[in-house]
Amino acid sequence: MLKDKNRIFTNLYGLQPWTLSAAKKRGDWDGTGKILGKGQDWIIQQVRDSGLRGRGGAGFPTGLKWSFMPKVCDRPKYLVVNADEGEPGTCKDRDMIRHEPHKLLEGCLIAGFAIGAAAAYIYIRGEFAEEADVLETAIREAKKAGLLGRNACKSGYDFEIYVHRGAGAYICGEETALIESLEGKKGQPRLKPPFPANVGVWGCPTTVNNVESIAVVPAITKRGASWFSGLGRPNNTGTKVFCLSGHVNTPCNVEEEMGIPLKELIERHGGGVRGGWSNLLAVIPGGSSVPLIPKSVCETVTMDFDALAAVQSGLGTAAVIVMDKSTDIVKAIARLSKFYMHESCGQCTPCREGTGWMWRVMERLVVGDAAKAEIDKLLDVSRQVEGHTICALGDAAAWPIQGLVRHFRPEIERRIDERAKTMQAAE
Amino acid sequence: MSAVIGNSGEFAFTPANEKWARGQIKKYPRGREQSAVMPLLTKAQEQNSGWLSQAGIEYVAEFLGMPMIRVLEVATFYSMYNLRPVGKTVIEVCTTTPCWLRGSDQITAACREELGIGFGETTADGEFTLLEVECAGACVNAPVCAIRNKYYEDLSPEKMKAIIRSFKAGQTPKAGPQIDRQTSAPVGGLTTLVEG
Repeated sequence: MLKDKNRIFTNLYGLQPWTLSAAKKRGDWDGTGKILGKGQDWIIQQVRDSGLRGRGGAGFPTGLKWSFMPKVCDRPKYLVVNADEGEPGTCKDRDMIRHEPHKLLEGCLIAGFAIGAAAAYIYIRGEFAEEADVLETAIREAKKAGLLGRNACKSGYDFEIYVHRGAGAYICGEETALIESLEGKKGQPRLKPPFPANVGVWGCPTTVNNVESIAVVPAITKRGASWFSGLGRPNNTGTKVFCLSGHVNTPCNVEEEMGIPLKELIERHGGGVRGGWSNLLAVIPGGSSVPLIPKSVCETVTMDFDALAAVQSGLGTAAVIVMDKSTDIVKAIARLSKFYMHESCGQCTPCREGTGWMWRVMERLVVGDAAKAEIDKLLDVSRQVEGHTICALGDAAAWPIQGLVRHFRPEIERRIDERAKTMQAAE
Repeated sequence: MSAVIGNSGEFAFTPANEKWARGQIKKYPRGREQSAVMPLLTKAQEQNSGWLSQAGIEYVAEFLGMPMIRVLEVATFYSMYNLRPVGKTVIEVCTTTPCWLRGSDQITAACREELGIGFGETTADGEFTLLEVECAGACVNAPVCAIRNKYYEDLSPEKMKAIIRSFKAGQTPKAGPQIDRQTSAPVGGLTTLVEG
């Protein structure tokens, strides 16, 4: 288990105030000017060496992403922080924003300086109104203290941070949809290339990073890349805030080491599965988009990008949704299908039409009102959606269904048989 | 357009809101005023008893020098813009899987019983509107609902009814977890951050 001294988010639960004076006592904004003094290349190299992989779901190496930003450019560059947290199961960024806003702001300055950004925009989902208020107040505090704004932290570097509130659209968590939204448009993803590092917000080079990716940067640069990379497993380094929801005895957010066994995570912090481990049915280990894994896999799998990919799932946002044996597993996944249908932006035909089609079939499968051949038809359609859209929402709609059929086909077939029998008896 | 969006006659920002709106525009680079369309629509909705009228949309378009259709696209794309009148108190119940696993069906039923309305409906006295929302992003405190920009978490049907009754009585009940719990920390005591 991760030692407390290695935890980054020491005020994750808001037991202490979030304000600047309290944050400083926790070590925020300590020596930030000195870090900037080491230069852009040093910062980027530290983040690369730390092995930090993006915490928003895709797990792309953060330092590498930063290095894509053009060094010389006649346009301003921007850092955009993705705080449009909405992946079902996920609520970690919310805690960082409301309880540790200064970690995020300090991270913005260090990251923004490293990529040469003129300013940062934090795009926060509109529902997080109180959290956005905290963030805006924290920005004012930091500016007043000379930590942000002109000559930030006496570095000679001018840096502003702005909060932009969304208005209810899961798709804006996709980086190019977020950029469109920030420009005052519908949040419909852009075709890539060009990538945001070349043509991002307002046509300018832009890096979009998740809240957690940015909020861990101060710790990495202050404590050193090797400290961070010494935690976790190779290629899956550092700490991670996990969200434990569903049928555990004590649902919670918790910062743990990457690569912690799923079972240990659930038992130690989630208070165990409701009714005991033997009552476990399945787990969605990384937010609604990743395929579920059955109990047999949960016994041994570790919580990191590579281990979960090896069992045909994913770490995603590290949002662990636990389902015990009382769960109507088909209905649980059907509800996710409805979510994706609702959140499809409508731009690409396979997703716009496919998400609704898949949901309607899923609803019939819940009650067994289908022919068995339709299960394969559903899989076939899911594969026609997957990989055939501009953004990954199509994939995200397909994967939960594929995971369900992979591990629970007998249960789906049982319902079909049962309904057929009931219908026959009625005739 | 009027088939989708309600109208309420004239709309203009109050002087205070207009000043606020000009401040919002300054957050974005010169020539990129359109970026302020979302906060301005949100403010227009706030000023108009919680819903965005056709007049409000037209006003924001003019305010930002945008074609009306571009503002209409935004207003109809994002789910937080209410394009029809809503009750004084809007209750948004999350029913996505993590909340559903923890009993959001029972929370919905409690709202129906207490208010006599279903999703998308407003009580006859215009006091309450009940809405179903997709993942609210507070899953470890499920089930949750949002009321007047605040989250009510770790709900039970009884607590949900008590919250509604409290609003009915003109009070604002305490938001956050409705059980003995520190925000998103595990119930019963911390498992981390105890080594001092």
